Amino acid sequence: MIRIFANINVDWMGKRKWFAGVSIIVLLAGLISAVGREWSEGGTSAFNLGIDFKGGTFVIAKFKDKPSIDEIRSALQEVGISDAVIQDSTDKKDEVLIKVPTLGRREECPNVDEAGRCFVKKALDSFGKEAEANLSLEEDQEARYKIVGTEIVGPVAGAQLRNQAVSATLLGLLGILFYLAYRYDWTYAAGAVIAVFHDVLTTLAFFSIFQWEINITVIAAFLTLVGYSVNDTIVIFDRIRENLTLRRGESIYKLTNDSINQTMGRTVVTNGLVFLSVLALVLFGGEVLRSFSLALLVGAVTGTYSTIAIASPIALWWQSIIGVAELKQPEKETEKLASAARQSTVRRTVVR
Amino acid sequence: MRKKRNLWVRTAISIVVTLVGFYMVFGPREGTLAESFTWEGIKKNLSENINLGLDLKGGSHLVMRVKIEDYLKALTDNYRQAAFDAAKEAGLSVTDVTEVSENGNYSITLTFSDPSHKEQIIEAVNRKVDFNNPNAPWTQTSTDTSITWSLPIQSQRALARQATEQALKIIESRINTFGVKEPTLQVIGSEDSGRIMLQMPGVEDPERVKRIVSAESKLELMKVVSPPYPSPVQTYATREEALASIGGRETLTRKVFPYTERDSTDGKPRFVVVETPAVIDGSELRDAAAVSRTGFEGDYQIVFSLKPSGAQKFGEWTERNINNYMAVRLNDEVKSIAYIKSKITDSGEITGRFTKASAEDLALTLKSGALPAPIEYQEERTVGPSLGADSIRAGVTASVGGLIFVAAFMLFYYRGAGINAVIVLLLNMLLTMAAMVFFDATLTLPGIAGLILGVGMAVDSNVLIFERIREELLAGKTIPQSVDLGFDRAFVTIIDTHITTIISAIILYMYGTGPIRGFAVTLILGLLINLFSAVYVSRTIFLWILQRRPNMQRLSI
Repeated sequence: MIRIFANINVDWMGKRKWFAGVSIIVLLAGLISAVGREWSEGGTSAFNLGIDFKGGTFVIAKFKDKPSIDEIRSALQEVGISDAVIQDSTDKKDEVLIKVPTLGRREECPNVDEAGRCFVKKALDSFGKEAEANLSLEEDQEARYKIVGTEIVGPVAGAQLRNQAVSATLLGLLGILFYLAYRYDWTYAAGAVIAVFHDVLTTLAFFSIFQWEINITVIAAFLTLVGYSVNDTIVIFDRIRENLTLRRGESIYKLTNDSINQTMGRTVVTNGLVFLSVLALVLFGGEVLRSFSLALLVGAVTGTYSTIAIASPIALWWQSIIGVAELKQPEKETEKLASAARQSTVRRTVVR
Repeated sequence: MRKKRNLWVRTAISIVVTLVGFYMVFGPREGTLAESFTWEGIKKNLSENINLGLDLKGGSHLVMRVKIEDYLKALTDNYRQAAFDAAKEAGLSVTDVTEVSENGNYSITLTFSDPSHKEQIIEAVNRKVDFNNPNAPWTQTSTDTSITWSLPIQSQRALARQATEQALKIIESRINTFGVKEPTLQVIGSEDSGRIMLQMPGVEDPERVKRIVSAESKLELMKVVSPPYPSPVQTYATREEALASIGGRETLTRKVFPYTERDSTDGKPRFVVVETPAVIDGSELRDAAAVSRTGFEGDYQIVFSLKPSGAQKFGEWTERNINNYMAVRLNDEVKSIAYIKSKITDSGEITGRFTKASAEDLALTLKSGALPAPIEYQEERTVGPSLGADSIRAGVTASVGGLIFVAAFMLFYYRGAGINAVIVLLLNMLLTMAAMVFFDATLTLPGIAGLILGVGMAVDSNVLIFERIREELLAGKTIPQSVDLGFDRAFVTIIDTHITTIISAIILYMYGTGPIRGFAVTLILGLLINLFSAVYVSRTIFLWILQRRPNMQRLSI
């Protein structure tokens, strides 16, 4: 059999300060980006909210010879609109519905109210001339298309949905916290939930720094990465719990390290597969799914990282505060410490 | 022997569930089974069985308008009545009250004969009528013998915005209650234009949804002008007769409405005179439901209950009006009339000849509340997927590529056991889709995200089991022991990860709507099924191999 990372022996917990440093730097960078963008005059907002949340302009264009949605999307990208919603009109076959986000003021389209229409016109002009304002598409011989309707559109139940997602997820995490406290211990429950917060905040940091667009699909991606992160954390906690019962007399510090090392084969295989599948989605999944897949990609990395670098150290740290573990590799395993640990963390799991 | 029989049971269960899954997803709902074995037949069945959402398949696109002018007119009507009553209550004589509500002008004028009463009238009216609403104030002008309140254009806009917002909320609640999956609803044009765009995935009966959305559902309980029970209720054969009984025209406190008796033989409406304002209106409703006494189609009624505040008001009023007749008015028609036997506190019913569907729809719209004004449809068309056909194709290609890669890796890394993993992965996806068909769920992109997480955890379950079996083998256990221990130990981990995720998904389902629910549904189904496919079926396959080759020296894993 082929085995990767079969017999490694890394002192992960000894590197906890480095991990904390890395996480703090990333989160601070995200915070600076969000606050800086929000406060700087004429700058962008903390997050690049898409058309679902902000609204924009809704345009109906009628074509003599309708291009494919793909072609329209690239034409819009040419003029700098990457996040349009383009829908075929299936009963009026020669028409297409285009929604573009509210754009900042730019030189080419100075009139803010007309900016959406103006940008769409610029893009569609690459297919040919628009019909004159006073002529219909059929009457104007040279024209290829005509914009037959323009409307300002409001957000799609945006803020409400976002708040609902946040509050439902927080409630869900509360559920997770209680279940893990019941199955393991409060120290592990706290470690797992804090790791989830870390992952969500890290992903948000990336979204602010790189100004990836946040739309409704991204909310689904965030829900996914929460589940993913919790799953990864529990796998290792489960191994720690098992080792606690099998190897009485060893320090929790060492058991935590060993558990991470023992499951490293699984960690690399599962997370590697997830990472590569999501990478395929990022690279080949198309423009519309890009922010969705980017959120999953960041989530896949940080979900794995936070298990080792956040969840386990926090559980260990808390156990050191209540006096059942120590934050360093012991010189010699002492029976006293380990039995104390068992009393607090293992007592109930042994019963189950 | 027992072990062997056990294995047969396991195998039988696995095969039966797989076949049921196949039938759910690929089987025909109509037509013959034979057609289903052609490529075309499979495609047809798939598209019939699996409902795709607006983002993946498209649906209908509706533009509607809340009739703002009707809203403002109704508001002016109400205020006129209220202003008149306020002055009268204060004991001040008012000679006339007139109203303008057309062409964007809305005003109310009170005229009186005694100029010295002016300040008192203004004070009395302003105490009772909300002319100084900070969001939409009216302007007040006056002469010696008249006071005029008119609604300036800014206030009209503010009220229009309010009405649009309110209509949006009510429509949203109606279509969500009806079960339209993940529609998009947004205000278009300027915020005070009252225009709303609704896109929804293909529904079976779009006309019914349209009716539900635009149903005005204005409910009022009113006192009928009639001699009390036991005389029969006073009705009139024509509107003219009814009007004649109140002096030829409707007044501020008397209105005429058509009323079709339940047992009427000719089906022609009669007319009744009712007192306004109403005792209770639809905003006091707590719940409404369609019920049938006889169970016959076309014999449905709506029972409703009132909120505590409405119930108290209603209780007091009915106590004072025992033996009087009460009318239930819906929109512009009196639906039922009954005499008050005793004090009624919190419930009532609307009789009439409703079919099951129309009674249910009416109950639904009553519960969501009355629209601030009638709605008219302006545009209707069918649209393609909102994600765009191009992106969907790219997404599907990338996902299938990812899956093939995962399968190839599992085969390469876990050899023989990899086959096992691929089989249960495919089974997991098949059964999740089957469960979605069974629950008539709609698949949208957030749903696919839930599916992806489910598949990811399915892969993880396999990896956990296989790694564990390897560990046990390396620790020197025999092959059957290792397989047993591997499954047993990994199961502890798998059950914890799955239960944790299911708990949070259930909470998402309970507190979320639309896309959040779509995500939660596929995730919950995927995880429950994974416990079956990755643990139960996978172990069955292992047991088969072990039984066929009891003296196996090397396990291909």
